Amino acid sequence: MRIVADGLTFTYNRKTKFAKKALDDVTLTIREGSFFGIIGHTGSGKSTFIQHLNGLIPVESGTLTVGDLDLSKGKKTDKKGLRALRAKIGMVFQYPEYQLFATTVYEDVAFGYHNFFPEKSKEEERAAVFAALRTVGLDDSVADKSPFDLSGGQKRRVAIAGVLVSDPEVLVLDEPVAGLDPAGKNELMALLHRIHDGGKKTVVVVSHDMDDVAENCDALAVFSEGRVVMTGTPEEVFSRRKELEELRLDVPVTRKIADALAEKGLGNAFPLRSDDFVRKVAQLYRGKRV
Amino acid sequence: MLSDMTFGQYYPSESPVHRMDPRAKLLLLIVYIVAVFLAKNFYGLAVCLIFLLLAIAFSRVPVRSVLKSVKGIVILILFTFVLNVLFYTPKEGDVVLFWRVTVQGLVSASFFALRIIFLVMGSSVLTLTTTPVSLTDGLESLLAPLALIRFPVHDLALIMSIALRMIPTLAEETDRIIRAQKARGADFESGNLVSRAKALVPVLVPLLVSAFRRANELGDAMDARCYAGSSKRTKYKKLKFSYRDLLALLVTGALLAGVILCNVYAYLLPVLY
Repeated sequence: MRIVADGLTFTYNRKTKFAKKALDDVTLTIREGSFFGIIGHTGSGKSTFIQHLNGLIPVESGTLTVGDLDLSKGKKTDKKGLRALRAKIGMVFQYPEYQLFATTVYEDVAFGYHNFFPEKSKEEERAAVFAALRTVGLDDSVADKSPFDLSGGQKRRVAIAGVLVSDPEVLVLDEPVAGLDPAGKNELMALLHRIHDGGKKTVVVVSHDMDDVAENCDALAVFSEGRVVMTGTPEEVFSRRKELEELRLDVPVTRKIADALAEKGLGNAFPLRSDDFVRKVAQLYRGKRV
Repeated sequence: MLSDMTFGQYYPSESPVHRMDPRAKLLLLIVYIVAVFLAKNFYGLAVCLIFLLLAIAFSRVPVRSVLKSVKGIVILILFTFVLNVLFYTPKEGDVVLFWRVTVQGLVSASFFALRIIFLVMGSSVLTLTTTPVSLTDGLESLLAPLALIRFPVHDLALIMSIALRMIPTLAEETDRIIRAQKARGADFESGNLVSRAKALVPVLVPLLVSAFRRANELGDAMDARCYAGSSKRTKYKKLKFSYRDLLALLVTGALLAGVILCNVYAYLLPVLY
């Protein structure tokens, strides 16, 4: 599903003393099948933007189309349309494990399935729930456990399974690796790549970890104070280090090392991804030695 | 957003009322409430209204915000109004409109309705102009004498301030959980009462879990700073009772006197109904 926003603007607490413009003329296209990264500071409008994608926040001004559904203001989306949209746009909020509520993992994961497809049979539900659990790397034995008895990382996987259960075409995640240890982080990122499956699904990740987005995303948008200030591939965006630093945003560590090496005349055109980067450095090093 | 629901919350501004000592404001509110209850006729209420309007004017809080607090209890006001009209015991010479409804009944029901509205508006001026923290400080200081009879004044004040502090946090949390469950297809708006109540389980369980988690974290954080809540604690912000507060209390005293005069000399004033 292609997502196109044009001139999207949104203000919280409109017409009051506490009014705060969260989105200001956001124009952005998220290509179908991309692994898209949205970066920016807290309060830059990232979360507000993604909540527009499944109609949690109605469009106030500007236009937004998700797939062939027009969410722009004035276009009436009925309850059924909204539900169908939410089944297709899976939304994983920050710390999703805090929304677990059921007595068993199975019931919690089945919640979304039951809401979206009330007409489906129990067998179909079982198949979808176990498929979702397996996708996130949990084996069938956890299904009967209480979600509150699981470890932090497992809880997060259960929560993600609860979103994957409706087989969404687009998966949107707000800071999916926040609070995880490095191993858990890598596992979760690998999981997202499995879901993305080379472009079969669209994955949108909100993050403020530049290394994460540089490693994983194929396109980026940089938000600052409610505006989109840069878009492009990670290579394009992170080549504008000065501008990013003016926005008080960091660049990936590979970019920093590459710049430091280039300054010393030790080569240029270093790749951004860490494994490519290491290969290139190794090549240069051997070249000098041999 | 749910945060709209928490009426009467602090309205930040710079005004003489905002700067007043919270103790003075609390005392003032108590006297005002007594005055509203003492008033036996509309003259007395008019005196209270003048005082209320003065307080609002000095506080520089928009009247709209004060009225918003009344909106929350409209049902209660209507309910008491209807009951008062229906259970009014007619006296001789009362004008019956239809069934049990008399003109005098309507007038006295309006009187009681106004009384509730004045009470709520007065209290909301206090909460709109006073932060929960200073309100608690004021209350603690006013109740301090009770410590002599081993009443845990400080603990009570602490409980109150934590509770007040947590209201917006939990409201925000509720909002977040509702959005997350909506994203999973939850529907809170349709169905009958039972299915709507059931639909709240996916919100209430995580909310409760998170409230306990927050309570534990806060407890640990307080422990880590060796918080014991002993009476030997000093305060960073000392409360100061200034001439302004004294002046306000004198005006409030005048309000009380005015209401009492209206009651005593009611026979001198023209009858309104």
